[in-house]
Amino acid sequence: MARASFIGGVHPYDGKDLSKDKPIKTVLPKGDMVYPLSQHIGAPATAIVAKGDRVLVGQKIAEATGFVSAPIYATVSGTVKNIEPRRVVTGDSVMSIVVENDELYEEVELKPLKPLEQMTKEDIVNAVKEAGIVGMGGAGFPTFIKLSPKEPEKIDYVIANCAECEPYLTSDYRRMMEEPEKVVGGLKIVLKLFDNALGILAIEDNKPDCIKILRDLTKDEPRIVVKSLKTKYPQGAERTLIYATTGRQINSKMLPADAGCVVNNVDTICAIYRAVMEGRPLMERVVTVTGDAIVSPQNFKIRIGMNYAQLVEEAGGFKTQPEKIVCGGPMMGFSMFGLDVPSTKTSTALLCLTHDEVSASEPGPCINCGRCVEVCPGRIVPSKVASAAEHFDEECFLSLNGMECCECGCCSFVCPAKRPLTQEIKSMRKIQLAKKKK
Amino acid sequence: MSEEMKMYKVSSNPHVRSKVSTNGIMMMVVLALMPATGFGIYNFGIRALFHVLITVGSAVLTEFVFGLIRKKQTISDLSAVVTGLLLALNLPVSAPLWIGAMGSVFAILVVKMLFGGLGQNFMNPALAARCFLLISFPALMTDFTCDAYTGATPLAALKAGGVVNVTDMIIGKTAGTIGETSMIAIVFGACVLIMAGIIDLKIPGSYIVSFAIFVLVFGGRGFDLQYMSAQLSGGGLMLGAFFMATDYVTRPITGKGQIVFGIFLGIMTGIFRIFGPSAEGVSYAIILGNIVTPLIEKFTMPVPFGGKVGAKNGK
Repeated sequence: MARASFIGGVHPYDGKDLSKDKPIKTVLPKGDMVYPLSQHIGAPATAIVAKGDRVLVGQKIAEATGFVSAPIYATVSGTVKNIEPRRVVTGDSVMSIVVENDELYEEVELKPLKPLEQMTKEDIVNAVKEAGIVGMGGAGFPTFIKLSPKEPEKIDYVIANCAECEPYLTSDYRRMMEEPEKVVGGLKIVLKLFDNALGILAIEDNKPDCIKILRDLTKDEPRIVVKSLKTKYPQGAERTLIYATTGRQINSKMLPADAGCVVNNVDTICAIYRAVMEGRPLMERVVTVTGDAIVSPQNFKIRIGMNYAQLVEEAGGFKTQPEKIVCGGPMMGFSMFGLDVPSTKTSTALLCLTHDEVSASEPGPCINCGRCVEVCPGRIVPSKVASAAEHFDEECFLSLNGMECCECGCCSFVCPAKRPLTQEIKSMRKIQLAKKKK
Repeated sequence: MSEEMKMYKVSSNPHVRSKVSTNGIMMMVVLALMPATGFGIYNFGIRALFHVLITVGSAVLTEFVFGLIRKKQTISDLSAVVTGLLLALNLPVSAPLWIGAMGSVFAILVVKMLFGGLGQNFMNPALAARCFLLISFPALMTDFTCDAYTGATPLAALKAGGVVNVTDMIIGKTAGTIGETSMIAIVFGACVLIMAGIIDLKIPGSYIVSFAIFVLVFGGRGFDLQYMSAQLSGGGLMLGAFFMATDYVTRPITGKGQIVFGIFLGIMTGIFRIFGPSAEGVSYAIILGNIVTPLIEKFTMPVPFGGKVGAKNGK
């Protein structure tokens, strides 16, 4: 069978060798913990603790506000120091609960859930909702909404996104190598919600060991298949992943459910497993700390809310002063002003680069070479769309299908004139999306 | 909160860039033109080298002076070198040496810089300059007599009903402009560009194939292998198809558009060569193609992933 793939995409330097063989190491936080109330798509959560309250590990400290939202749990024990605006990875200031960590890690008593066999579909969705699980690949969309589409019987595929197509990232890889049974277990739980669905573990073929482990583990599972994908960025973007695994296409206006698909990231699936089997809310995640500026690149199991500066220390600090620090991968991550920001539910990696290729390259005029057109997975003409955005020609931007951009960054990556195409398109998309909301 | 945070560089994603750059691409094009240039000098003598040096030099100088006036220097992108070199390869060796300088000034100043510089010109500067020279100095630009060869170019001879030596044409030992004669040298350079991922076969392929079909149908010689080979290897078709029709700035950006563009060029070249008074036609065909490029692009915009927005699958 031909390797599952899509049209377009790029092959950046992958840098995964830096950390791929480092087993996941659990680190305990030191110092204050910061929990931004908005670390998901949707309404910010509402704090239900006050300054001076003592909180325990696993205690709910913020409640979901409205439907598209998610609760937040304390990941240490200690005292609520304040509720104040704090800088987050995107550079914004977000209202956050600050907890002084007493380093005792006293846990609340987890209320026991029913055994899986006795759980109804609603019970499972509720457990996921209560656990505060959101898309942990980076988007942060509340997972329970994905798990409750209007017509669950029309879902044909539940896709576990194990592609990990972003360069440098190895957290999903380590998760699959070290806890494959949780990945499969989590997927089986999701499959219980969709009677007609086939589970697909979609993995890029640069991880043959993962493919083998998961194939062995699922050989007696009639409802789960492991699909090997061609290694190419952005193989793990939702729309390209659905196309590569099922041949179905969705545009920007559609949801995966419109194509009969539900897509979840590996780490999200593991979180679902813990929430449903152990009743544990979302408190931990795996983060890759890597880059050529880091002494010893590692994969850490962290408690959400930890400060990034501590993660750098845990990885041995900097061997050379980095020029740029990125939260997430180099293609879609956010660059940060400083390290004094908290990790969140969507933190996949911390990438410290000694050389910033962006500021080193001066943008020149577009020479119409067409490389952006060749790599664009959204099949638009990025150079023209970006130029429309640059001149604030909204009509032209929309007629050139600018809204179909998935902001994957391939066009900026390949541009020989080093034009910031993605940035221009992204800014205009933001304006258009905000207009639509009004 | 402490404001003494170390400030790192920030920018929008992506944070990495590929190694391909504009001047890297131009450099590769110059290198890929070296076999054809080298053969031209070997074939026509040292005067061909003078043409190359003068044309390239005046192209770069024009852009440099323009840059001084505009207070923005752009010669480091090497596009002026490419333009100058392509123009030199399109000159007959016996033409006076000043003609290349004049062409270069026209190409860079009028066709490129006055339209906004690199990326903004709507015609290939080297070809536009060649056409300008052909119209202004027809006698000088069509006199292919030199020390090595007397008489007409193979295509002109063919048109007049003469017989040509196809082997000589493929190797390049014929009269013609400096860089157009050797099919072997041009195709070798083109292979380098294709392997480097700078051009692909969409335009040259559709151009050459559609031209061949046109000649087959309208050439009046039926399936005459010798005639066909002469048509394909002569008159700058190869140089035009691989190095000038593929000019990024002036060809359509969409894949489908590039094939339409190639077919258009093939048909136009066929019409000019077979029905026109001149034996050549590549330059004019490409210039015309450049002009219809925006139109071709408009009608070949790709359908976005997931189909037209608004037309949901099954809804």
